[in-house]
This record gives sequence, C-alpha cells and structure tokens, in this order.
Amino acid sequence: MVESTIFREPMKRDRDVADERPLVRRLLIALTVGLMAIFFFTPVALVFVEAFRKGAPAFLNALGDPDTQSAIRLTLLVAAIAVPINALFGVAAAWAAARFQFPGKSILITLIDLPFSVSPVVAGLSYVVLFGSRGYFGPWFAAHGIPVVFALPGIALATTFVTFPFVARELIPLMQQQGVDDEEAALTLGASPWRMFFTVTLPNIKWGLLYGILLCNARAMGEFGAVAAVSGRIRGETNTLPLHVEVLYGGFDLAGAFAVASILAGLALVTLIVKTILEWRHADELAISRRR
Amino acid sequence: MLPVAWRFGQPSPLPGFRLALCGTLLWLAVIVLIPLGGVLLRSSSIGLAGIWEIATQPRLMAALRLSFGLSLLAGVFSLVVGLLIAWVLTRYDFPGSRFLDAAIDLPFAMPTAVAGIALTAVYAPNGWFGAPLAALGLKVAYTPLGIFIALVFIGLPFAVRTIQPVLAETEVELEEASATLGATRAQTIRKVILPPLIPAALTGLALSFARAVGEYGSVIFIAGNIPFASEIAPLMVVMKLEEFDETGATAIAAIMLGVSFAMLLVINLVQAWTRRRLGHG
Repeated sequence: MVESTIFREPMKRDRDVADERPLVRRLLIALTVGLMAIFFFTPVALVFVEAFRKGAPAFLNALGDPDTQSAIRLTLLVAAIAVPINALFGVAAAWAAARFQFPGKSILITLIDLPFSVSPVVAGLSYVVLFGSRGYFGPWFAAHGIPVVFALPGIALATTFVTFPFVARELIPLMQQQGVDDEEAALTLGASPWRMFFTVTLPNIKWGLLYGILLCNARAMGEFGAVAAVSGRIRGETNTLPLHVEVLYGGFDLAGAFAVASILAGLALVTLIVKTILEWRHADELAISRRR
Repeated sequence: MLPVAWRFGQPSPLPGFRLALCGTLLWLAVIVLIPLGGVLLRSSSIGLAGIWEIATQPRLMAALRLSFGLSLLAGVFSLVVGLLIAWVLTRYDFPGSRFLDAAIDLPFAMPTAVAGIALTAVYAPNGWFGAPLAALGLKVAYTPLGIFIALVFIGLPFAVRTIQPVLAETEVELEEASATLGATRAQTIRKVILPPLIPAALTGLALSFARAVGEYGSVIFIAGNIPFASEIAPLMVVMKLEEFDETGATAIAAIMLGVSFAMLLVINLVQAWTRRRLGHG
C-alpha cells in the first residue's frame, strides 16, 4: 500500500510554469507507487511469504533435500564456468571495439548484442541442433564419449549464450567515454602492453567490469528457458535451481518450490542492491548508457 | 610490428588489436553464430514451403498469433505505463523515489521461473489478487490475460529504461518558453515534451516486444498451456523438442529468429534516424 511518507510536502522548486499542479503531481506519484506495488512488489513478497508459510523447519527441510543440494551445486558450477569466460571475452571485445577503428565494427557490436534478442528457448534448441544425437556434431561427440546435451557441457554452453553480452555491452561504452590518453601515456613511458593493461586499463574499468559480471552472474544462475531446452531435467543430475523450482512446482510441492524460489529471489535482491550501490557510488566509472 | 602492405582498420599506437579481435570473433562464432547458423541450416533443409506448412498448422498458428498479439499489446501497455513511471521518477523528487528507481530493474534481476510461479500464485483463483478478481468474475491465471500480466512484468523495465535518459535530457527551458507563449500544460506536454520521446519510445517498444515474443519462464506457469487458448510460441518449441521433432522445433525457431532480426533492424533504423534528426553525422 501507499506509504504516508510519500505525501510529505513536495520539495520547493523554481520552475512552476513547467510543472504540474501539486494535486496532479501527487496523483501521478500515487499511481506510480500503486502500479509498481501491484506489478513488482506483490509477486516478490509472495515468494517469501509462501516459502515460510509452513515455518522455518519446513523451509530448511526443503533446502536440505539431496536433489535441491545437487541443483545448488550444479547452478554454482555452471555460473563458475560461464561467468569468467564471458568476462574474459567481454574485456577482449571491448578492447577491440572501443580502442580501434575497423570496417564492420558496428556489425560486430550488433552481433554481440544478438543473444539478448534471441528467445532463450531458441538458444537452447540451437545446441540440441548441433550436439543432439541427430545433430551436426552430436554423433562425433557421442563417439568420443563426450556427452553435451542433457549434461553439464550443454547447460554451460546455453548459459554462456544467454549471458554473452553483459560484460561487453557495459565495457564498450565505458571505454569509449574514457578515451585512450591514459593508455597511450603508459606506453610512451615504456610500459609493456600487458603492464599497461594491468596497471592502467584494468583499474580504470574495474567498477564497470564488476557491474557487468554482477548482471552476468544473476542471469547465469537464474536462466530457465535456455537450460530447460538442453538439460533433459534429470533430477539430481542435470537440474539447475530454476529447473528444480519447476520440477517441485509441477509435483505440487508448493512449499518446496517456493523455498527454492526464495533463494533465487534472494540472490536477485542482493544483485539489485549491489548494482544500485555501484550506480550511486561509482556512477562516473560506469557507462552512462548502461541501461537497456 | 611487422611491416604489412595492407592494414585491417586504421593504425593505432595501442597493442593487442589482432589478439582481441580474433578472440572476440572466435568466441562469437563458437557460442552464438555457429549454433544459430545450425538452426537456420536445419530449418532451411525443409525449405520455406516446409516451414509454411508447419507454421500454418492450426494449433501452432493459434500459438504464434497469441504470442505476437499479446506481445504487441503488452508492449504498448508497458509503453504507456512506462512513460508515466519514467516521468514521475525523473521529474519528481519525493521520499522513496530512488528506491522505486532501483526497483524498476527487478524483473531483469529476478529469475524468470521465480517470477512465473509467483505471478501464478498471485493471480490464481485463490491468490491475493486472483480471489477478489475471481469474485468479480475475472479469471486471470491460466488465460491469455495472465500471459499479458507476465509480459507486462517483463516488458515494463525496457520501456522505463529507454524513455528515462531522454526525458532526463529534455530542457525545462523549452517547456517554460512554451508556457510563457501561452500554451496550456496539456499543450506543452503534447507538442513539446512528447515528440522528442518518440524514437526512445519506439526503441523501448521494439525491445520489450522482442523480449516478450521469446519469453518462456515467466509465462508458461501462468499461461496454463491450454491448446488453442493459452499456448505460446516458445512453449511449442520446447514441446516439439520433447517429442524429438527437432525439425518442427527449428521451423518455429526460424520464424521467431526472423522476428528477432526484424526487431534488431527496426531498433537500428530508429537509432540511425534519431542520430540524423539530431544532426550527429
């Protein structure tokens, strides 16, 4: 519901002709708060209410379940594969795109953003098409005893696909804004390329990099559609946390589903808080056009 | 550095261009381009006629129509609500405004499956909102209306976040001039404030539409997945995949990819058009 603090006297400002009347303004603010409460805050609150409906012991019981434990381990493992790889790639892509002029650069940047426009389900499907039993490379991998689809590699690949752009799209505009002066100075003073990178470039982009990694990690741990298409949902083996939520929910274990969902929701809230702190504290060291 | 007769790109004193670009291209190819190419190749093996035949199956037609129609509706609704929220958050300073601003990104951060089961529970016939709405005779969960709600949840941040920066840059002086010249506030809003927002609004609409068409996790729980009534296109991909009908799945995927590419093109065209209008190059 609408907090009464919202209705304290509005701040005095000196652009009266370009402002709504106070009554209109209050109505618009109340409308915004109401809409956000309905669309955003209610579902999140519900997750935690449902998770603890049967008390803390039931909650802990659901989390202690071996299948849940295995899902937690798999989710952490997948994030530990996808996030560092995409961070490394994102830095390389940003270095190429923000520091050099070359033909086709805008096409490259568009292609880097492409995974955000592709349905996660299609992303998952694309790995089945490549590595499934009737896929283009599937038989080769099967013959060499490397399972991809319905196994860890497929889940990790699908997760890498959907989290592909996060780091690059934060770093490219940031490095373009920062310009090349610092790096050229380091080179002029005799630094080797790697020394320049670690003592000049990396410290300059550290908050932007962290910001990108944070968003990348949240998506990696929470991805559902892409992973659903490749995982095969083998309980205790290829179920990540979001898939485990679906399995529990489908089995009418609502308390368990919401208990597991509350961990993921908690992760999302922590991500949001850290992201907001980064935006407040280090706004000048993040890309202005960071939002999409 | 090796003396080369022809350089790719303009010369630069900075090192590492080839390493970074080759690494990027390799990674892009392995993770994104080759897999998507595989989907297109597989779907092209049945030809356009084959894709058309699959796409026109009545059940799939219903799903595609529902996905595209609802995504557009939800996109437009998100745009209107997003404009209001962006306006309030950029123009009015009130206690809690920064908190609300941070909360806009909640749907980006929330895993889709979590959002899906939460929205379903809220709007189920015995849910917090579902029960009173059911008393009014309005069924939300397991109907297209439920899908619409989930798509608005997903689409709102796109609308707000694309409109907000443009709104923040508009010059209050223009509004003051408009008011001084005798325009009412409504006229100023219609003729001075809204027109510069059109490109951002179109971009936001295209982004939220593209996302909504492909959205799976937050929709399938609340949709109820009733054939011909509340099945969405991404669900059909997963169903075909579970029936081991990869060809059928890739045909639907090809249609969805086509829409994604079209949306990307629209976004790029709108942005190019904006840059031209604003006179940057």
